[in-house]
Amino acid sequence: MSVSTPTRRSGKHQMFLRMLLRASLVRRGRALSALLAVVVAAAVATAMLNLYVDVQAKLRTEFRKYGANIVVVVKQGQPLPAEALARVQSALAGRGIAVPFAYVVASTSDGSPVVAAGTNLESVRRLDSWWSVSAWPSAPGQALVGSRAAAVVSPKGRPFDLSFQGRTVHLTTAGKLTTGAAEDSRVYLPLFEFTAWTGIQPSSIEIAANGSAVQVTTILQQIAAAVPQAEVRPVRQIMEAEGRVLGKTRSTLLAAAALIILTAALCVLATLTAWVLDRRRDFAIMKALGASERLISGFFAAEAASIGALGALLGYAIGIGAAAWIGRINFQASISPRLSVLPSVLLGSIVVALLSATLPMALLRRVQPATILRGE
Amino acid sequence: MFLRLVFESFRRQRRRKLLAGVAIALGVTVATAMIAVATNIGDKINQELRSYGANLLITPQADTLDVNIGGVDLKPPSDGAFLNEADVLRIKGTFWKNNIVGFAPMLPVRASLGAGAQAESVEVLGTWFAKQLAYDHESFVTGVRTTYPWWKVSGAWPTDQSSDVLLGADLAEKQGRKSGDSVEINGQSRRVTGILTSGGAEDDQVIVPLRLAQQILGRPGAVRRVYVSALTKPEDALALRDPKTMSPALLEKWSCSPYVQSIAYVLQQALPHARVEPIRQVANTEGTVLTRIKGLMLLITLAALLASALAVSAAMATAIFERRSEIGLMKALGAANTTVGFVFFAEAVLLALLGGVAGFFGGSLLAREIGRSIFNSQIGVEPVLFPIILGIATIVTFAGSAVAIFRAMRFDPVYALKADA
Repeated sequence: MSVSTPTRRSGKHQMFLRMLLRASLVRRGRALSALLAVVVAAAVATAMLNLYVDVQAKLRTEFRKYGANIVVVVKQGQPLPAEALARVQSALAGRGIAVPFAYVVASTSDGSPVVAAGTNLESVRRLDSWWSVSAWPSAPGQALVGSRAAAVVSPKGRPFDLSFQGRTVHLTTAGKLTTGAAEDSRVYLPLFEFTAWTGIQPSSIEIAANGSAVQVTTILQQIAAAVPQAEVRPVRQIMEAEGRVLGKTRSTLLAAAALIILTAALCVLATLTAWVLDRRRDFAIMKALGASERLISGFFAAEAASIGALGALLGYAIGIGAAAWIGRINFQASISPRLSVLPSVLLGSIVVALLSATLPMALLRRVQPATILRGE
Repeated sequence: MFLRLVFESFRRQRRRKLLAGVAIALGVTVATAMIAVATNIGDKINQELRSYGANLLITPQADTLDVNIGGVDLKPPSDGAFLNEADVLRIKGTFWKNNIVGFAPMLPVRASLGAGAQAESVEVLGTWFAKQLAYDHESFVTGVRTTYPWWKVSGAWPTDQSSDVLLGADLAEKQGRKSGDSVEINGQSRRVTGILTSGGAEDDQVIVPLRLAQQILGRPGAVRRVYVSALTKPEDALALRDPKTMSPALLEKWSCSPYVQSIAYVLQQALPHARVEPIRQVANTEGTVLTRIKGLMLLITLAALLASALAVSAAMATAIFERRSEIGLMKALGAANTTVGFVFFAEAVLLALLGGVAGFFGGSLLAREIGRSIFNSQIGVEPVLFPIILGIATIVTFAGSAVAIFRAMRFDPVYALKADA
């Protein structure tokens, strides 16, 4: 007795496994349609969850095209220290772009005032992507002339002179700049040429810091600590609008994801319930052959759980693909697969599958096997 | 006989029909809600994006060059040209008046703040806060509170008729003033109703009702520039073309699309001697953000449609599969395959119509709820959608049942009746 128990138990296990396997192999059509429902539901859920997690980051990069969200300006009466830009750069540590700006009011050869600005043109191009520029300066002595300033400094596009405190610089127009704002009335030079001409150092640094609102606030505090002589402040307009739009988009996405996942889960529930109900004859035969209720419940539950798990894994792979595709065509950037989504999809699929097996089981339990076998 | 079969099937198998009908209704509900949200999200996000501030700037055509560093105007205030305050109202008379969310005229002047020896020259900005206006029997409220929603005031906003002022936060701190104090502007005592934090140059200025700034300058009705906040359509290839080189048909299409360029064009024609330009920082970036969000919602709506189509077909397939023996009986009594098919298809269509109607109304409610809880505004469902949704529901139910019905038709009645298939 004590010797035969292990073999009998393992035989029982073998039988159990065989029944599980044969049940799905023999009636492939029905099992496949149940599996398909789980796969589709899991795929949709994976894609939605993945998008939900990633879309914020993707939209944030779009929002950074609005330009600076932090500015560093001089405090009353204190110029920016010479190494301010280097300190800001090291505090920023690659988490964004920092661009210095220096301004003077220069005068043209006929004496009318125009604002001349010195900046790092390479960085501005990345910071202010909305600048519409016909051609960027490429050689020394070239300037970017605002579309309104052009009419004053060189109406015919000829080289022009600007003077500041008695020092004159000779410039040619590399290209015209249109922004629709104050920049249109200015003349932009590369910073080193500007400093060589005027001797004026940058008076403000504009920073586009990447990351969430909390991360940007941290960066802001780090920069404020790095340059205590200057005033560091957020660009409220940019930060606030970004927060609002992101928040609403996230909520909409969440509502959509909830609806879609619910629909998909209902689809699985309907298919699996039908599948189990359809097999009431198996149920009756097992019962008639003397199987206990617990064994039968365990059998159906194991079957449902394995379909749920298999479907979840397949669906996860497909869902990752779908999310990546959406990322490519909508954001032109890949959406990285999130492993953290897998456990919830797996668990969710198994729970829904088990639920769909239990409901019909409760119905069947009340029926006599003889009634089912007679086909009534 | 045919009608009776269909009718009796609905009467006798109420529970089964109800289940399939509920599945269809749920699928249609989700599809309707998602379509409504996706078609509305552009407008809603556009509305939110307006908190980036104005996207159009109106300046006098004959104006001299701006001399402006860090938001501070260095040009003598009386220099250059002005717009007429009365003309500004014409914005509301243009074709795009419903796309204009708000506008605010600005008049920067310089004045001395404080009394006696402590007097300091500061920039005073005249504007509308929330001005009550009427144009063409239509009254509306506009001003900086609409165009600059991120301006925060501790204390109260002044009214446009009063001579009360707002102090910029930095200026107030420097001067040691708080809301409720009174300050001397050009020797006149004015009440400070609140302290303004804007994060921009306004933090160093005194913000006053437009009329007061005009008084200080001595030019009634003068406005230096107007900021306009408009709902626009993202730029595409057509938007960037020059209207002067377009064919008449193309020009009509261009001017009937709310591109920021075409709104600027219309405003330009309505306002004499003015120059209207899109503020590219806001206008351009807005376009890209809007396109992305709309694209995302479109793809998600497709996913929702797919999921509900699958749910409906799964429910229908199950419902028909359960009725194999009925099919067997019909066939054993001599019904042709086509007759059996017709009966089932007729039932499917009837179910789809019933479920579709219920789902459409459910979806409209759901969309409204989503609009209310997320955007604080209505999301309406276009009545045009009704036939489209019903059509989709019928097609999906049809397609979902087709496989099951064809399979059922091929059953040998003997097996079907033995319930052995």
